[in-house]
Amino acid sequence: MIRATAIFGGLLAIALPLSLLAGRVWLDPATTPNAALILAELRLPRALLAIVVGAGLGASGAAMQGYLRNPLADPGLFGIAPGAALGAVAALWFGYAAAPFLLPTFALLGAAGAMALLAAIAGRTGGIALFTLAGLMVASLAGALTALAISMAPNAFAMSEIVMWLNGALTDRSWREVWLAAPVVSVGVVLLWRAGRALDALTLGDAVARSLGIDTSRLLWLLIMGVGLTVGASVAVAGIIGFVGLIVPHLVRPLTDRRPSQLIVPSALAGALLVLVADSAVRVLPLVTELRLGIALSLLGAPFFLWLLVRMRRGLA
Amino acid sequence: MMLSARNLTIGDRLSDISLDLEPGSITVICGPNGAGKSTLLEALSGLLLPDTGTVTLNSDLLADMEGRTRARLLGYLPQTHEIAWDVTVRSIVELGRLPFGDRSAAPVDTALEALDIGQLADRRAQSLSGGETARVLLARVLAGEPRWILADEPLAALDIAHQLALLRHLRVAASSGKGVVLVLHDLAHAMNHADRVIVLDDGAKAADGKPRDALSPKLIERVWGVPCRWIGEAGGQALVTGPSVTQS
Repeated sequence: MIRATAIFGGLLAIALPLSLLAGRVWLDPATTPNAALILAELRLPRALLAIVVGAGLGASGAAMQGYLRNPLADPGLFGIAPGAALGAVAALWFGYAAAPFLLPTFALLGAAGAMALLAAIAGRTGGIALFTLAGLMVASLAGALTALAISMAPNAFAMSEIVMWLNGALTDRSWREVWLAAPVVSVGVVLLWRAGRALDALTLGDAVARSLGIDTSRLLWLLIMGVGLTVGASVAVAGIIGFVGLIVPHLVRPLTDRRPSQLIVPSALAGALLVLVADSAVRVLPLVTELRLGIALSLLGAPFFLWLLVRMRRGLA
Repeated sequence: MMLSARNLTIGDRLSDISLDLEPGSITVICGPNGAGKSTLLEALSGLLLPDTGTVTLNSDLLADMEGRTRARLLGYLPQTHEIAWDVTVRSIVELGRLPFGDRSAAPVDTALEALDIGQLADRRAQSLSGGETARVLLARVLAGEPRWILADEPLAALDIAHQLALLRHLRVAASSGKGVVLVLHDLAHAMNHADRVIVLDDGAKAADGKPRDALSPKLIERVWGVPCRWIGEAGGQALVTGPSVTQS
């Protein structure tokens, strides 16, 4: 874990200043007019938000893969991201999005609703199969309601705003979003980190974990809270950004001893690095309009997922 | 530290089982498929709560015991050899220390040496053979230094040499004062290596006693429906089966 933490922490320390300079206009602090203002009010909050969002998604991906003992698990599968998206879409639908804090607050409420549903269905028994099915059901319900909201949008502008928002981006984000997301994601990452040793025990199966004194119901609660806070806050400030939670643990795992507990912190750093670099890249790409971050990461993530499947089929994963 | 069950009933899988198990010996639970062997072992390990009845360890109810306290006393080895991630042998064995919240090297090294797998400590799980995996998973139980070892089919998927080696390790553990409870399908191993055999049939006790009494040909024919007889000397007996064996 120390090696992976040092590598991804070091890369992040290099990438952060570079990302502050990168953009449609490359910033030269010495010559660019209003460089300090651009840095302080636009680029720094955006970079920090990329780090916060990426860290939350990376850590929750590592924890979910550990919990489900499946390298193909992604926190997006379990209903919390679609729940948060539904909350945000509701804010856009009712025209509340212009008011500060209302859209992310709605999104956090949506995530909380999804978490409550998951806990109500699967929390008492702590079974993995029930949890997965409950997550898929919540995701499917939230997805259907989101589609309904889009199809019944009050006007074309609202529809376009919803669709654009769902694609996920960090464009035009400010310190407000950073202050909202950072504490929530931090608490979520700490909860996931605390689940580490219990996830290690699950390596040998549910029965062995219980025989080692692990309270699997408490573990499930930790995960629902941890993933709910990290993913919910990420979606609240950035929209849907998929595949980070899936990809990142695979980048980290070879640099660790592969115990799930050793993946959480380095995955947070690697997730932060991936989202920061991807967000810098979409700013630099010479396109007419900026490529949405969610679309860019999906374009990167889907082939990676296919490659993983092929690798698993060959029995190498 | 006696492990006792009183009037244990779990669904239609176990009905009214009572027993007292003494430490320092090997008890084998036998029975046909679906007789309730694994259910009984899980209940004795505190992993499955009975519908009615109790399991106690020195008169302390397992159901009321804190998970970690129970885990320090009872080491459970399931039938499946699941290892989800390609972790090292040492980190698997170290999981045995989880109830103590430490990763003490001494008990881990002792467990690795006891099962003669010290040289595998840095190997990855996916590179192990079936026999090596079985020994690594038993070492995980031993690393927790439990007072009781409860293992479900620990000999499955092992060749005869590894089966005998594992049984020797379990005998050493029993001789050192631990209680050992095994679920076994192989009646010859039960006859030759157990101090006590409990035969389950359809969730109820069909026999309980010394191996030669509990595994009499008559009882085996009644419970398993297989005519048979034992041949060979005590401690090295084999079971001969088939419709003609009783006449020969």
